Amino acid sequence: MAKIKINGKELEVDPKKNLLEASISAGFDVPYFCWHPKLGSIGSCRQCAVVKYRDENDKVGRVVMSCMEPASEGSIISTDAPQAVEFRSNVIEALMTNHPHDCPVCDEGGECHLQDMTVMSGHTTRRYEFEKRTHKNQYLGPFINHEMNRCIQCYRCVRYYRDYAGGDDLNVFSSRNRVYFGRANDGVLESEFSGNLVEVCPTGVFTDKTLKKHHTRKWDLTTAPSVCVHCSVGCNTIAGERYGSVRRIYSRYNEQVNGYFLCDRGRFGYEFVNSDQRIKKYIIPAATEGVTKTTAFDFIAKALKGKKIVGIGSPRASLETNFTLKQLVGSENFSIGLSKLDYQLAKLAVDTLKNGSVKSPSLKEVEQSESVFVLGEDVTQTAPMLALAIRQAIKNLVKPKADKAGIPQWNDAPVREVIQSAHGPLHIAAPVATRLDDVATTTYYNAPENIARLGYAVAHYINNKLVLPSGLSEEVKILAGKIAADLMASAKPLVVSGVHCKNEDIIKAASDVATALKEAGKSVSLSLTFEESNSFGVVLIEGKPLEVLFDDAKTAKAEILIVVENDLYRRLSKERVDSCLSQFEQVIVLDHNCTSTTKKATVILPVGTFTEADGTFVNQEGRAQRFYQVFVPESDTAESWRRIAELAKAIEKPVVGESFFDFTKAVANSIPQCKGINGIAPPPDYKIEGQKVPRESHRYSGRTAMKANINVHELKPAEDLDSPMSFTMEGFHGEAPSALTTSYWSPGWNSVQSINKYQIEVGGALHGGDPGLRLVEPVVKGTYYQSIPDAFKVSSKGLVAVPVYKIFGSEELSAKAPAVKERSGEAFVVLSTADAVKQGLKEGETVEISMGNQITSMNVIIMKELAEGLAGISAGYCGVNPELSEVSFKK
Amino acid sequence: MLSHLRSIGLALAHTFAKRETIQYPDQKVDLAARYRGRIVLTRDPDGMERCVGCYLCAAACPVDCISLEAGNDEETGRRYPVTFRINFSRCIFCGYCEEACPTYAIQLTPDYEICEYDRKNLVYEKKDLLIAGQGKQHGYNFYRVAGMAIAGKDKGEGQNELPPVDVKGLMP
Repeated sequence: MAKIKINGKELEVDPKKNLLEASISAGFDVPYFCWHPKLGSIGSCRQCAVVKYRDENDKVGRVVMSCMEPASEGSIISTDAPQAVEFRSNVIEALMTNHPHDCPVCDEGGECHLQDMTVMSGHTTRRYEFEKRTHKNQYLGPFINHEMNRCIQCYRCVRYYRDYAGGDDLNVFSSRNRVYFGRANDGVLESEFSGNLVEVCPTGVFTDKTLKKHHTRKWDLTTAPSVCVHCSVGCNTIAGERYGSVRRIYSRYNEQVNGYFLCDRGRFGYEFVNSDQRIKKYIIPAATEGVTKTTAFDFIAKALKGKKIVGIGSPRASLETNFTLKQLVGSENFSIGLSKLDYQLAKLAVDTLKNGSVKSPSLKEVEQSESVFVLGEDVTQTAPMLALAIRQAIKNLVKPKADKAGIPQWNDAPVREVIQSAHGPLHIAAPVATRLDDVATTTYYNAPENIARLGYAVAHYINNKLVLPSGLSEEVKILAGKIAADLMASAKPLVVSGVHCKNEDIIKAASDVATALKEAGKSVSLSLTFEESNSFGVVLIEGKPLEVLFDDAKTAKAEILIVVENDLYRRLSKERVDSCLSQFEQVIVLDHNCTSTTKKATVILPVGTFTEADGTFVNQEGRAQRFYQVFVPESDTAESWRRIAELAKAIEKPVVGESFFDFTKAVANSIPQCKGINGIAPPPDYKIEGQKVPRESHRYSGRTAMKANINVHELKPAEDLDSPMSFTMEGFHGEAPSALTTSYWSPGWNSVQSINKYQIEVGGALHGGDPGLRLVEPVVKGTYYQSIPDAFKVSSKGLVAVPVYKIFGSEELSAKAPAVKERSGEAFVVLSTADAVKQGLKEGETVEISMGNQITSMNVIIMKELAEGLAGISAGYCGVNPELSEVSFKK
Repeated sequence: MLSHLRSIGLALAHTFAKRETIQYPDQKVDLAARYRGRIVLTRDPDGMERCVGCYLCAAACPVDCISLEAGNDEETGRRYPVTFRINFSRCIFCGYCEEACPTYAIQLTPDYEICEYDRKNLVYEKKDLLIAGQGKQHGYNFYRVAGMAIAGKDKGEGQNELPPVDVKGLMP
């Protein structure tokens, strides 16, 4: 630790940091633009000037850029010396000369880093009277709005987009004060992480286009801490609501999970909440009169009396919801809502992490790994933020080059100069080309069976006691040897795999590679991806696969089926679901959006989405995370667990618990693996200085006018008995515990940059620790699976289907959001060049594909990377049979 | 004794002073233009709505009696309030909204005669607030000085603006 002095205050800081980081961590307000905790310093904005003194006797000092000076032993600086203050105010005045008079119509206004810094630097009156330079804007797709006039040339966008997120279609053009940040031509930003530009840009050049459609200022949003529902990574988010609709999602900092960023699916997929497909009323299709809550529950009570009930939960519903349903129907009659294959895969993945010796890493730990081996996953499409973390991980082995040259790691430009395009080993084995291929050391495209065999070969070369799969070609052996050598050469290797190839052997092979590395003494981690936000959680809850439940229900002659937040047509083929549903007298569906399953329901009960419910999800790491209700909807919706409890009461089979916390406690007490989940966030009676944590900001506007057209007498605001937060602006307006962060704000810091004030150290953990609880930890001694599959053989019956996932389109909920829909396109089939020639198909052609007994029209994509005999089927797209089998073409 | 007489004398003298009381409502009080009465939404010199839905008036309102929802006119690129509601039964006529308004859209007028028997009639919607003229502030047109492009004013055509940069130009 180095001893330094800032404004006369003696501090002990990490000498590997720079003075700006040290000052901000110590709580001093130093303005900055181009520096970002994740991007390092380049010293381009000249805004963080401070005065540095030679020694105690030096009274004059010199102006330096604090982001470009190391926090070396004995540094003495002043952030408020008159020279520094004057320098900063002159710089910002120069930066502002061309800034347009746009704030009232700018979506960034009110949470703009430029506004904050201008005020902080004391530039209040404009002296520049000459003409301003202007720029034409570009169309950048359905997610991002471009307003180039507002740019202050800090270069953060391109540094984030290109250097951090690995995109290459955003760049900087032209020279001097004409510098332009955009694409070479109008068009959709290709990176899956483009949404972070909204938060990275210190002003309003890149803003959220979905927010623009229903623009609301930050201070007017009712916000609550939430967890992303669009994949298994479980990124922390803050969801904001106004006038009964969700307005936007932005990142909630969690050092262990998503850090500062989110993927575009998580950021822009929220609009399914506002969809016109939402179920907002009780529906009994057979009813002749209007259905109310009373009539609906009377109907249910009568219909269910003395009948045998079975229930289907869902991997996209919370732990509490699944648990309550299981309580109602009994474990014999409960399914976790996955098909047999998906169930086996998810269970295998959970068991591997639970009983294995290798730790499942948090995204932060992924970022710290040194070499990566990906088996059978296009991580960018299936767990996007994991891919972003892998992009950071592969830089770790080359970073010491800068240390050797004496360059501190925060000094971004020279570090990049030293490293150039070098990166550590990233080996990818997948059925089709992946979005990480641009930084891959080697790629291996083959059938899932062969990917598993490659995995086993790698395991063999790490631990030669393990069996080498027979019949491997020389090339594959050399490749496996190279991968093994690379993994062994680094101290922190990472193995990534998951369920998305729908192949158990791949997960087993990945586990064997990781176990072998562990035995070799490496600090290895194994990251497995799941399909949905709570897949991990439902496996812990335990239940039958769908097929087994339906078979058992048939034998036991069950008459009633309750389906909660699950579209069965996405799990099993249409034919099978149709016949299974027809065996029940009543199909009661609880869901928030219309699905193919709700169409078959005899009773539909409206339930809330993640913004209208409290709950707990378990992410792919095994981390239980709490999400909170954002607002009280005016429709009939309620949380699923509450609905199930009401339903249970109606049929006189009450379940344990009334409020949310009762259910959380019940889960924690009944499921050994979930022990402690009631402690991941403060209990509902938690108060700070006798007050709840408010969901609305202290400057929330329009309270006495918003509903004045309906009733001029303001009604009592809703109370929240389930959480320690209030739905109003009344409450404690200081820093709440990290699990209850409803918004980031600090005096003088209205933008997201105020996150600095919530961290122990800039870019580090949150005050009081990052929220969430890991439910699985590795055991001491791991075992090997060693179930080597036979090599893939081209089938004579037809092409073998492999699922191909797309970040936009494959996930059920986000696909209902208009902006995501615009990016997802139609269902497609990927063919190898050879097979395309054989079938006489051309790229872009539409073809009828028959799989099982289901025929779907799909667009043809030809990919030379795909192995012959395979057909990549767009997974999760509308009309695509979820039961993959042989593919044949219907002419 | 003397002071009593003096007081009576002064009181009597007032009998002959000019009257301050006027015969309202037959006679109206003469108010300055800056008087803070009924709130209106004005239009710019081109006759377009001045309000751009920036929410600053709502934020400045100490009694939170203003609520609005901004929308975008896809054709013209202008932002405007889709709904604009002022609950005058809550309004304290402090004028903060007028001060906060960056476009001179919201203005207080010297009209104070807005009493109602029914409180709900004091809830004014956008159609009740929007007037045809410019109000007190003449000549100001926000979009002429803002950098945003709107229909009829492309980039570089506003006041004090250079023509848009040719990004692909080779001149130094």
